[in-house]
Amino acid sequence: MIQLKNVNKVYEDGFHALKNINLTFEEGKLNVLIGPSGCGKTTTMKLLNRLIDYTDGELTVDGKLISDINPIELRRQMGYVIQSIGLFPHMTIFDNVATVPKLLKWDKQKISKKVDELLKMVDLDPEMYRERYPHELSGGQQQRIGVIRALAAEPKIILMDEPFSALDPISREQLQDELVRLQKEINKTIIFVTHDMDEAIKIADQIILMRDGEVVQKGSPHELLTNPINQFVEDFIGEDRLRQARGLPPMTAFVNEDYPSVKVTASLDAAIHVMVDKKKDQMPIVDADDKYLGILSLYDAVKNRDSEIKELVDESVIAYRESAEVEKFVASKETIAPIVHEDMTFIGVLDQDQLLEVLHEQIDQKSGVTS
Amino acid sequence: MKLIQEYIEFWEIRYENIFSYLLEHLTIAFVSIIFAIIITVPLAIGMTKMKNERLKQSIFNVANFFQTIPTIALFALLIPIFGIGFTPAVVALFLYALLPLLRNTYAGVESIDQGIVEAAKGMGYSTVQRLAKVELPIAVPYIMSGIRITTIYIISWTTLATVIGAGGLGDLVMAGIGSNNTFMIFTGTALAIILALTVDLIFGIIERRLSVSRG
Ligand SMILES: Nc1ncnc2c1ncn2[C@@H]1O[C@H](COP(=O)(O)OP(=O)(O)OP(=O)(O)O)[C@@H](O)[C@H]1O
Ligand SMILES: [Mg+2]
Repeated sequence: MIQLKNVNKVYEDGFHALKNINLTFEEGKLNVLIGPSGCGKTTTMKLLNRLIDYTDGELTVDGKLISDINPIELRRQMGYVIQSIGLFPHMTIFDNVATVPKLLKWDKQKISKKVDELLKMVDLDPEMYRERYPHELSGGQQQRIGVIRALAAEPKIILMDEPFSALDPISREQLQDELVRLQKEINKTIIFVTHDMDEAIKIADQIILMRDGEVVQKGSPHELLTNPINQFVEDFIGEDRLRQARGLPPMTAFVNEDYPSVKVTASLDAAIHVMVDKKKDQMPIVDADDKYLGILSLYDAVKNRDSEIKELVDESVIAYRESAEVEKFVASKETIAPIVHEDMTFIGVLDQDQLLEVLHEQIDQKSGVTS
Repeated sequence: MKLIQEYIEFWEIRYENIFSYLLEHLTIAFVSIIFAIIITVPLAIGMTKMKNERLKQSIFNVANFFQTIPTIALFALLIPIFGIGFTPAVVALFLYALLPLLRNTYAGVESIDQGIVEAAKGMGYSTVQRLAKVELPIAVPYIMSGIRITTIYIISWTTLATVIGAGGLGDLVMAGIGSNNTFMIFTGTALAIILALTVDLIFGIIERRLSVSRG
């Protein structure tokens, strides 16, 4: 576990890059730092492997003050994917990937096996790429090498500074999946920097949104999506994603209060009359106190004209509380959804035309986003 | 035709003599350049790790200062200290070689992409490992090109070493002027040029070898 308590960073030129940062990176969690350019993401990351020192505050790794850990050993235990890739131009791809295992004096065969395995993981044929030099690879391929170089020595903590920025959408998705799988499987602690909110939402356990050297909000993707604390967070997440996350409005948004209902004590003829008059084939029946009892269908009513309403009420059609989620009805196979207050007082019926309209709108938006 | 025949005869009579001039020339040039390399390359590398900007600037200023003294004047200035002959010639040329070597080596190491240096640090190389495995190998082509250019200068300037009695191809030229012998003047000049071109060629090949297969 990595913990930052009131950490500040002031650069030599007096620039206050990080202001009172409080963060916890829990073991086995994928943490995403996100925010506008220059907000201090890379600075935060470099504090963690001591490429830069913080000005004040407290930074601990597994409870140990980071300043008490030998920086060389610390770095060999932390994978680091640098923002500018930074492959060694005079070394082959093999030597690049094997850098840290070699520093740790791994057995030659073990290194070779590991490198091949990693190359395959990122879809690069070992036969073809092992002996190439970085400049003989495309930008995206170089970036993949940058990523696996950080994984080679199987570090428990991996720092990744915009590791997928140069990749096409497909390889990007693939590597995101791979990363999530890796992290779940081998329990890695990952600190991941990105500019891409979709990427963050997809992979993060914890999202840390920063601005001007400060943490604006941190939490699970769900928390940020459903409870953005201010306008900046909302703007950064974006209207579309927020709406999608909110899902469908609650039942009350679709209530049709004009829908007819009839008291159970009324005559069946009267009920039929109302239904025909309002062109309804189903109607809620309420008791003397307006509490919902069940549904009367026009078909049953016409067929059993001599009966009383209370004999024909279908009590199996359940009513929804006004606070219930619309999804519940959408998921059921019912054709009518009576809506009631907490005390079962009848309010109205779900307006299915309106619901259909909203559903269509959402479908349009979603396909609009992906296309 | 007659001229060529006479020139061949000239060589037949003088070749031992000419080769000793040539050897002298090479010795002076290479001893100075080697000393200069031994001093400047580590110094320049050290300077890239130096935090003190003022000290760095002072070192460059000193090297630059020697460079500004006219060659003949520097030879003359060294006579009271080292007398005449081989030593003052080597010292003077050594001083001349300092700046170009220092500057190229420094610039070579300094020009390495900061991202690469940072990656090396982040992977957990120690400073010495980083220098040996990353920075120097990447900077070697730059350093070599500095050495090549400087060596060519020095070979050319060694021709002047004759004025303080150090010998070399300059002697041949001076003797030719003295005795009005065109063959001697021509041979001295031509050999100095050929020497410089040969060194350029050889170093050029080494340089390319060192920089093959990288970006
Ligand atoms: N060595 C330095 N000296 C002074 N200021 C610096 C230094 N390094 C970074 N900064 C400043 O600190 C701020 C944060 O930089 P940082 O690299 O952490 O941003 P970032 O969030 O990673 O941005 P990006 O998304 O563009 O990579 C920037 O305003 C930057 O100019
Ligand atoms: Mg950055």
